[in-house]
Amino acid sequence: MKKLIYLTFVIALFTGCSTDAVFNTETKRIETGVNPDAWVVIPAGPFYYNMHASKENIDYDYEMMLTHVTNQQYANYLNAAYAQKIIKIDSGRVMGYYPGDPYDGYLHEWEIPEGEYLHIPFDKAGSHIKFKDGKFVVHKGYENHPAVMITWFGAKAYADFYGYRLPTEKEWAKAARGTDKRAYPWGDEINEKICNYGSTTNALQRLFGGKIARTSPVGYFNGKTYGDFETEDNRSPYGLYDMGGNAWQWVGDDYPKVHYRYLRGGSFINYEYNIFVWARNSAGPDFYNINIGFRCARDIAEVIDTIEVTEIIEE
Amino acid sequence: MTRFNYLFTSTKGLILTAISLIAIVTAIFNTLSGPMVEWGIRDLTVKWLGMDLNPAERAGRIIMLYHTIAMAVVAIEVYMMTSVIPMRKHEQKNINMLVTVGYMLAMVFGLGFAYWGHNFTFHGLFLVGQSLVFFSGVMLAVALNPWKKEYYVTDKDYAHFKSGMDMERMAFFIMTLAMIISAGFGAVTGSFWANGHETFLAEDLIRDPNKTHLQKAIVGHLHIMLTLIAVSITLVVGRWLQFKGIFHKIAMPLMIVGTIIISGGVWSVVWTHMAHTFIYIGSVGVMFSALMLVIFSWNKLIHDNSIELGYKNPNIFQKIKALLHDPIKFGPTWQMVFMNFTVSGVGIFMAIKLEQIFRVWPAREERITLTGHWHILAAIIATIILMYYADIAGLKGKKRKWFGWIMIIGSDVAFASMTIYSMKRLFIPEEVAQQGLMNTTMLLADFGLGALLILVAILLGWKLFDLFDGKGVWTKEAANPELELERTSNPVLNIKRENEFNSEGGEK
Repeated sequence: MKKLIYLTFVIALFTGCSTDAVFNTETKRIETGVNPDAWVVIPAGPFYYNMHASKENIDYDYEMMLTHVTNQQYANYLNAAYAQKIIKIDSGRVMGYYPGDPYDGYLHEWEIPEGEYLHIPFDKAGSHIKFKDGKFVVHKGYENHPAVMITWFGAKAYADFYGYRLPTEKEWAKAARGTDKRAYPWGDEINEKICNYGSTTNALQRLFGGKIARTSPVGYFNGKTYGDFETEDNRSPYGLYDMGGNAWQWVGDDYPKVHYRYLRGGSFINYEYNIFVWARNSAGPDFYNINIGFRCARDIAEVIDTIEVTEIIEE
Repeated sequence: MTRFNYLFTSTKGLILTAISLIAIVTAIFNTLSGPMVEWGIRDLTVKWLGMDLNPAERAGRIIMLYHTIAMAVVAIEVYMMTSVIPMRKHEQKNINMLVTVGYMLAMVFGLGFAYWGHNFTFHGLFLVGQSLVFFSGVMLAVALNPWKKEYYVTDKDYAHFKSGMDMERMAFFIMTLAMIISAGFGAVTGSFWANGHETFLAEDLIRDPNKTHLQKAIVGHLHIMLTLIAVSITLVVGRWLQFKGIFHKIAMPLMIVGTIIISGGVWSVVWTHMAHTFIYIGSVGVMFSALMLVIFSWNKLIHDNSIELGYKNPNIFQKIKALLHDPIKFGPTWQMVFMNFTVSGVGIFMAIKLEQIFRVWPAREERITLTGHWHILAAIIATIILMYYADIAGLKGKKRKWFGWIMIIGSDVAFASMTIYSMKRLFIPEEVAQQGLMNTTMLLADFGLGALLILVAILLGWKLFDLFDGKGVWTKEAANPELELERTSNPVLNIKRENEFNSEGGEK
């Protein structure tokens, strides 16, 4: 009996220690009814910023994307940018030009000089965008999932290509929190039915199949029922989906004395304290990961075909 | 002696009380985070106890929680120190009384304030409690005054100055003084609360180039307090294991100088980037001092246990068997060695490879590694205290062996697993391939910690049942309340006055 227990334990250890990639390259396509091409107007005005709810003000209207940029949107951009020779392919990686950061020479600060930088590696497990027969294509079923494995350079390049920009941290925070002091974009409580975070894994794995469920389609948590899984609506006060959970979102700020770029919103891996509207993450601008994506902002004056948030909600 | 007197006035009873309160707090508040949340346990606790958990106040709550636990741990160390270091009985009683009232006030009202609405009377009483702990520290420093001639060493085998001044007493004194000053770094900053100083967790400040002086003071405060708690328990364990001779004479000067340099280094964090250089130098002194204790105690264990086991000229295997014969006495120094793999080693590696590795990772992962390694240090200190307490409680025979080995193996498996988990990207850079490693390390950590918790529950359950027995073990402990060990000085011998000191054994 003792030997059996010992053997079981050793087998469990060895099988558990497997370093095979746990990664799906195909999944069931799920329609959420949410349009990832839509934008939402965020009006000018005061709001509460960070954990201590300090009062801040943004004195202009701006727009934010209703959802993360999806794999399909990013693949479309890559194909267009590749055709225009704005980006290059180098050993399984998409590279692009960046003019460099101002450098302060501060302790731990890295110099980011002008040059070609990584946008997205398409030969890595974790990327759902592949380069096949001269075109960027998306793993089946992942078209409407957030584009991940994107570096800050890659996110900025996407925004620049379409004349958008990455939101500043403050713009992001206001879009997530609205004008009250809530902890999450949708209110003050969190559960596995309202966003894709650490506690949701089991439920999503059951629904999506495969090995481990990771990202969920953008706008998935909108109050709809998928099979027997009833979601709750996670829209922020201005109607944005997934401002908490699913994938971290790059923001645009390049602060003095640091080379880091900042991330907001938390992801499918994280516990609830990373989903708070004030939770912040950072990494070098060339860092990519399976839980890092982005969404864009744009100035109102540049907008031609604005879709009002109320219209989106009705859809 | 009544049960009340045993639990609240005797050294052994006071230690038991503090360990029990920490265990209760840990058991309850443990249900508020980690997998307990997913299992729905947190909701039950919150509902059952009527807690008020505003998400925006999470950082503040955590700060209050670990302050309350830290105060009780400091109290345990104070009880041990006032028993193992010769001092006058009235000094011992006053110090113990003050620190007991202090940590209990801080614990009850600190948690009351943080988790059950914000009654500011509670917050005031939390501060009163902490202040009492602080003043007990001041009184302890006065009592430890190593320049008093009655405390000069009586056995020249102990480290001493030329005059005969006790170096170990000096090391305790310096540590206490450093802790008082370091507590001030936290207290001054904390007193600015509501004057514009905002609550924060130190780990959330990493990568922020614009830290204020007050924020740096807090970062220094938390690091040095834990370090000094470790220094304190190392000195206490040394006394318990009868540390003396040449290794003691090498260790104590290193400990004194190391404590001074490391404390000065941490305080200077507020003003200079050079602070880390001082900290490294000071750490070398403190760690070498601990190494001397390890070498001494392992030699002693091999020697003493070989005699017990009947080995006249033990070979290498018999020596190893003798070393491992008593896990309760082997455990504390083994944990000090093991700490190098999970705390010091990780810290040094992080410092060396900060730019190339850890600052390349997302901040949240660097944060896990940082918080992981000092949580492990705190937990290792806890296991050392628990092993000493198991000895104090008189565990013998198989019970002693089971307790010791489960404590050592359970904690080390858990801490090693958590270290690997927190640094998983080092072993498997691609996150998609980390799941297997994460599952295994989490399973092992749960297994190890679970074993520890059950073990502590059994020990405390036994002590609780024993209290119901009118002739229980507690009556013997109450009759002989001081920790039984050799002390570095004998003040009675020095000044020829009896019935005045704590080191005369038994109740007078």
